[in-house]
Amino acid sequence: MSEKVLQIEDLKVSYGGIEAVRGISFDVNAGEIVTLIGANGAGKSSTLRTISGLVKPAGGKVIFEGADITAKDPTSIVSKGLMMVPEGRRIFPNLTVLENLRVGAYLRKDDLEADIEAVYGYFPRLKERSWQEGGTLSGGEQQMLAVGRALMGRPKLLMMDEPSLGLAPIVVQEIFNIIRRINDAGTTVLLIEQNANMALHVAHRAYVIENGKIAMEGTGAELLEDEKVRAAYLGSASK
Amino acid sequence: MVQKKRSYTALIGITVLLLFVILLENLGNFIPGLPQVLTPTSPLFTVLKKAAVYSLVAVSMNLLNGFTGLFSLGQAGFMLLGAYTYAILTVPTAQKEQVYYLFEGCAFDFSLVDMFEGIFGNHGAGGAIAMILACLLALILAGCVAGFFAYLIGFPVLRLKSDYLAIATLGFAEILRAIFQWQKLGKVTNGANMIKGFPTFTNFNITDSSGAVILRLSTFVPFLISSLCIVVIVLLINSSYGRAFKSIRDDEVAAEAMGISLFKHKMLSFVISSFFAGVGGALFAMYVANAQAKAFTSVMTYEILLIVVIGGIGSVSGSVLATFLYVACSEWWLRFLDSEQYIGNIKVPLLRNGFRMVVFSVVIMVIVLFFSQGIMGNREISLGALIRKFSPKKERKQ
Repeated sequence: MSEKVLQIEDLKVSYGGIEAVRGISFDVNAGEIVTLIGANGAGKSSTLRTISGLVKPAGGKVIFEGADITAKDPTSIVSKGLMMVPEGRRIFPNLTVLENLRVGAYLRKDDLEADIEAVYGYFPRLKERSWQEGGTLSGGEQQMLAVGRALMGRPKLLMMDEPSLGLAPIVVQEIFNIIRRINDAGTTVLLIEQNANMALHVAHRAYVIENGKIAMEGTGAELLEDEKVRAAYLGSASK
Repeated sequence: MVQKKRSYTALIGITVLLLFVILLENLGNFIPGLPQVLTPTSPLFTVLKKAAVYSLVAVSMNLLNGFTGLFSLGQAGFMLLGAYTYAILTVPTAQKEQVYYLFEGCAFDFSLVDMFEGIFGNHGAGGAIAMILACLLALILAGCVAGFFAYLIGFPVLRLKSDYLAIATLGFAEILRAIFQWQKLGKVTNGANMIKGFPTFTNFNITDSSGAVILRLSTFVPFLISSLCIVVIVLLINSSYGRAFKSIRDDEVAAEAMGISLFKHKMLSFVISSFFAGVGGALFAMYVANAQAKAFTSVMTYEILLIVVIGGIGSVSGSVLATFLYVACSEWWLRFLDSEQYIGNIKVPLLRNGFRMVVFSVVIMVIVLFFSQGIMGNREISLGALIRKFSPKKERKQ
């Protein structure tokens, strides 16, 4: 078994007394794509926001590369190599594409040219638009920019919150191809998705979250075959 | 490469502008019988001086409101701190008795001007160096005091958002004004009376032994100081800190997710903006030749906010341009509306004292309604682009 990059132990998150995440545990190994799937309100996004330090947990532990990072501030978590692509893209609309990418590398002090070229390699369309303001891009391009921006931080673990949200199927396909390429290049990926079909096809391992708890786990292929998963998340038509 | 070339053109542009200002205010020395507009007492120079001072304050406010997205209305308060710091530090000891006559002298018997004159002497070149150094140090300290107070109130205030932040900073400015007018502090602040007698812009005019002016620099000095400060602010905006400020303005959550510490950067922007507001306040005191808490009301903040909005939130050159237009309109071009005018034998109706403000308000409403982005939006004027625009002979390359 390869080493564990991220371990979540009995993580609990609550908002004003309402428990969104009720004690979940999972781990991510180096070089994997792991996905958390689940319906709206299952607690996926809360989990991710807690790992990245934007929300303080009510209990449990987050361990990154052996170090406890529970409830640390986002700055120190990002500086350890944990970057997030936030839900709904959230690019900076009044900054140019290039500036957006540079902000992604804010905590790095070294030369960025090679990384910018690498991001343009993944997303040639961003290169064409590098002087355009982020807000003028299409939805798909904005998602590419959000992923590229996170890559600029040279993450050891890249966390993505619903990268397929609100995108046309062909663009979703493109984004997932890129996720696979990023993973092949050595970045570990933690992916959160409602689009279970796409996510399970690309992931090595997957966890199903229901009502703030892990309901099921297995490899992507296993869960794709599972009757309950197919009924609940894939619909009868998809195979 | 492009960046470097652009900074060179900007640098040359500013130098040319400064030289032009010196030339403009000294034209009277070379050419007698100039039109009235170009004589030293003309409103042109009043406008230029005031606009130079206000443009610095407007740009400092834009750094906070336009580039960091913090809606703060404390500008007049920080200007007040700067103005008083400058005034208290530079009134010569010999004049203190007279300035603070209601309070039987000032609490501390110290003046930067005297200190430097003690080193360099008070005649000729030595006196000039002493005064320049004293003013410079006092200006920097004025900024530091304003920045320090911003740092202190930043802790509670910067946790607030939008309107709440505006109300809190506005309140802070009003409290400061009240404190500075408090009679019990009269030994330091001269209570509700003005502090006078410190070096002003006219002290920078070079005179011969009989007191006649050889070289006028009283408009050049505020231009020089303001443009230096604005250059520093522009460099800051174009640095990685500036990008962090802009990303916080655009999306706080995303900025935080990129590892940008929200509080640290908001504080940084707040302190720097207040520093330059403090310097601007000191310059304002030099411009009006007195420091008086009564002048730094919330009306002043609104005036500056208006300039920032007219110029375009998020545009430094827009703020500067708007300042000159605004000050010229309010102090000069619309003045004629305040007195009775005759065309031929017919008296123009409506014109009387105060009518200027009516017209002015209408102009501002039109601008705000029809140019909601301001003059410049969030774009900047670049000299290179202007040159290209006005040289049609050269073929434009894409």
